[in-house]
Amino acid sequence: MMIRIENVSKTFTLHNQGGAVIEVMRDANLTVGAGECVALTGSSGAGKSTLMRMIYGNYLAASGRIVVGEVDVARAEPREILELRRHTLGYVSQFLRVVPRVPTLDVVAEPLRAVGVPGNAARARAEELLARLNIPETLWGLSPTTFSGGEQQRVNIARGFAHEYPAMLLDEPTASLDAVNRATVLSLIEEAKARGAAIVGIFHDEAARDRVADRQIDVSNFTPARVA
Amino acid sequence: MTPLLSVKNVTKMYGDRIGCADVSFDLYPGEVMGIVGESGSGKSTLLAALAGHHAPDRGEVHFDTRAEGLRDTLTMREPERRMLARTDWAFVHQNPRDGLRMSVSAGGNVGERLMAVGARNYGDIRDTATDWLGRVEINADRIDDRPRAFSGGMQQRLQIARNLVTGPRLVFMDEPTGGLDVSVQARLLDLLRGLVREMGLSAIIVTHDLAVVRLLADRLMVMKSGHVVESGLTDQVLDDPQHGYTQLLVSSVLQV
Repeated sequence: MMIRIENVSKTFTLHNQGGAVIEVMRDANLTVGAGECVALTGSSGAGKSTLMRMIYGNYLAASGRIVVGEVDVARAEPREILELRRHTLGYVSQFLRVVPRVPTLDVVAEPLRAVGVPGNAARARAEELLARLNIPETLWGLSPTTFSGGEQQRVNIARGFAHEYPAMLLDEPTASLDAVNRATVLSLIEEAKARGAAIVGIFHDEAARDRVADRQIDVSNFTPARVA
Repeated sequence: MTPLLSVKNVTKMYGDRIGCADVSFDLYPGEVMGIVGESGSGKSTLLAALAGHHAPDRGEVHFDTRAEGLRDTLTMREPERRMLARTDWAFVHQNPRDGLRMSVSAGGNVGERLMAVGARNYGDIRDTATDWLGRVEINADRIDDRPRAFSGGMQQRLQIARNLVTGPRLVFMDEPTGGLDVSVQARLLDLLRGLVREMGLSAIIVTHDLAVVRLLADRLMVMKSGHVVESGLTDQVLDDPQHGYTQLLVSSVLQV
């Protein structure tokens, strides 16, 4: 199994609001094999993004194991998680966060540069992805910070698919895309599955979910009953 | 893997007041660690102790020396430590005036560091200085100007060139973007990020600016009243802070 989640729970302690402890997840279990795409479902607030962020090591699990490849993200040192993110675990979030001033082409090529791909090869792959996602060539030399929301989303996807990660997390990858670009993104996901990537995704777009997901997991099953 | 820097229980008192207390961590090659906390939290005191600017009252600071592996820099003889500071360490001050010689030309500021590690050929020194001015985006025709004639952002870039020209392995930075306006900050951050990656540097950056650490630092240490209250992966500490003080710090940032 590429991704294995065992008995994971999550609490938030709000120290500045009287130390309130909010339990948001309990006994979460999930496995994703190579070449498989699992869709997280459940109503807004059920914890889909929370679970995804825990897999990425962005949120701290309160207990349980989150094993990606060989690494237990719930216990790993920062440098082990960074190494995992560089080589093994990709994440396409809903928002593009970049250093100001850096040209789009370099933003997209960066994950490849980080694993040692030479500049020319990395840029060639970045160009190919940007072209596929219909980002006009005239924009490649500019920083994406001033682009429209849809353009930023496509740059984010190009960046996320530049390196062929064995495991990927996709948070609403088709949101705010037109039909043509949506189809391109779904093809990218299918290609990633075909080369053996294990994928966890959140898709509000049901047709997209039905097309790429092999299984669905309702995260509401992991939501503890709220005490009124 | 051997850490580049291994810090154990570093404590510095100012009379009865705590400067920093019982700070321990390992920094690995290529890692960038941010230290955040409000003014007076002890972050600059800690940085100065690690860089050998003043001796802590207790603790150990082991550095992975090229010749002999991990050595405690606090018990090392003074000439040895000074040599390390010239060859393997660099220190970027918040105020460029503290890190530059204001009466010496830009080229001289960079060349001086090279001469301190044994460079003697004038032509080579000038070529290397010109190359480094270019890397920090200062025009070659400003090489003979004194830093006094530079803007704040240029002075800061010059200080970075002066510090990195000798190929150090560990860079200490104290509020490197403090006092610069935001557009200049962004440019400096981009530059620093590129240099750190290209040269495989390890760095410790003290700042109170959370946006700076998010962009530059792999790891984060949060200090309050001289103590480390939280540490971890930068985005994890900022997005899911565990300690009450960090939660306050993160929620206090103004949104734009």
